[in-house]
Amino acid sequence: MGMTITEKILARHSGSDSVKPGDLINATVDIALGNDITAPIAIDQFEKSGAKEVFDKDRVILVPDHFVPNKDIQSAMQAKMLRDFAGKHDLTHFFDAGEMGVEHALLPEKGLVLPGDLVIGADSHTCTYGGLGAFATGVGSTDLAAAMITGEVWLKVPESIKFIYNGRLPQWVEGKDLILYTIGDIGVDGALYQAMELTGPVIDTLSMAGRLTMANMAIEAGAKNGIFIPDDITEAYVSTRAQREYTFLTSDDDAVYVRTIEYDVGNIEPQIACPHLPENTKGVSEIGDITIDQVVIGSCTNGRIEDMRSAAAILKGRKVAKGTRLIVIPATPLVYRTALEEGLFEVFLDAGGILSPPTCGPCLGGHMGILAKGERAVATTNRNFVGRMGHPESEVYLANPSVAAASAILGKIGGPDQLG
Amino acid sequence: MKITGKVWKFGDDVDTDLIIPARYLNTSDPAELAKHCMEDADPTFASNVSASDIIVGGKNFGCGSSREHAPIAIKEAGVSCVIAKGFARIFYRNSFNMGLPILECPDTDLFKTGARLSVDFDTGEIILLDDDSTYSTRPIPPFMQELVSSGGLMKHIEKRMK
Ligand code: SF4
Repeated sequence: MGMTITEKILARHSGSDSVKPGDLINATVDIALGNDITAPIAIDQFEKSGAKEVFDKDRVILVPDHFVPNKDIQSAMQAKMLRDFAGKHDLTHFFDAGEMGVEHALLPEKGLVLPGDLVIGADSHTCTYGGLGAFATGVGSTDLAAAMITGEVWLKVPESIKFIYNGRLPQWVEGKDLILYTIGDIGVDGALYQAMELTGPVIDTLSMAGRLTMANMAIEAGAKNGIFIPDDITEAYVSTRAQREYTFLTSDDDAVYVRTIEYDVGNIEPQIACPHLPENTKGVSEIGDITIDQVVIGSCTNGRIEDMRSAAAILKGRKVAKGTRLIVIPATPLVYRTALEEGLFEVFLDAGGILSPPTCGPCLGGHMGILAKGERAVATTNRNFVGRMGHPESEVYLANPSVAAASAILGKIGGPDQLG
Repeated sequence: MKITGKVWKFGDDVDTDLIIPARYLNTSDPAELAKHCMEDADPTFASNVSASDIIVGGKNFGCGSSREHAPIAIKEAGVSCVIAKGFARIFYRNSFNMGLPILECPDTDLFKTGARLSVDFDTGEIILLDDDSTYSTRPIPPFMQELVSSGGLMKHIEKRMK
């Protein structure tokens, strides 16, 4: 029987020729990742277990990105725990201060996660790396502690759902809209425990940035992982970055899927996910008059250079509406520097925006732009749960970077077509 | 093992930001986290919950973030178990990894806030004590039972290290 790409990666990492959905396996991990919120618990458990060293100092990666630059004393203590642990165990990849970026933007950019890898991270958006053709999934801190010691993780082999995107992408519609549309269709538990394999003619020409954005939000449909079949676009992205071998795998023609879902993207317009679930999607033209207080452009979903460029293209020569606050957060130091060199900072500043150093910041209501009671934001992030960006009575609307930028100018939710 | 407890009922898709808002994640101290458990869903929960109470949810309980702070907050608040129609996958594995009992039961619509349940973890049987009706839950896979009986994932690993 044929296997999907997900099953092949899991088989290779568990020393078997084949696996099938439902199998419980013990798999070796290529990378184990933690951040300033999840790693402290893992480090505690690591120490308590009496373990002396990590399984491989090149393969345990720590990125303090959520509450840094440290937002308060307690956050500073958590970041320090990572720093001390990284120092003690001589971790090769610890990203602090000027090297720090939002983990899921940073790792692909640095070539640290690669096609064919099995990656676990104590962060739910670890699934981002499926964009590269890796099996990547979020786990908890205890799983991270165990993997730091053993280099292994227990996993249940997921069933796969195949998504096929046909047609031609309309203007202003990008990876973010495709995944929001998909989540709107199948729901926040539409792919629970399953693998989402994203394929089709539209995907074949989708940029790596678009693929990473789509894989990033697989968890918002409850999926274990989102995955793309690596191709020339993948090769062009990874070949200049990779510092170790990688493997392109593909799904067999007779691989088994629990469902196949096809979309014609030709009639999809830019999507808005309304409060308080990512599945509450609407086309931007159906949204009505919703005034906003803040726009956030950044995060592991849409904080890459392509996203900065899309936003800047809309903002160039325009001004943010009075009473609306625009916060732009390039996701990594490289994105930050590139945006600066390309003159995008000037565009954002001329428009009346603020630039933040790379951080998760407001995405999870940490700092750098928290919402007050009753305030509304449009964000290029991935979650619009109750209280996600601040006060429990604030609201977050999710959108792509061009729509977010257009909304900042309009002072209400709207797409680029509504700009004069 | 059998427990008896009072129900706190929540709806579908209870996310980890409702269970423990990210604004409190600058600590991993269980007692601190427990103080804010379920705060954005029901601000009275943390102060009124008593030991052995049971959280009941609908579908997709614990969706969202990977934060283990969520099951930690629930456990430390004194909650004896969570019963839902289904669980989001990271919450599911976190709960087993740390020894918070969770049970999947399709009939949670029938369990209202304040109702009293008796739960038998060995058989997976739930009794609604108000009318003595009984409900069954999905059996826990053997591997997960093994994790629970070793006392969680770390204990399991420690055994292996020896
Ligand atoms: S940017 Fe947001 S979603 Fe991404 S890792 Fe940071 S907090 Fe999580």
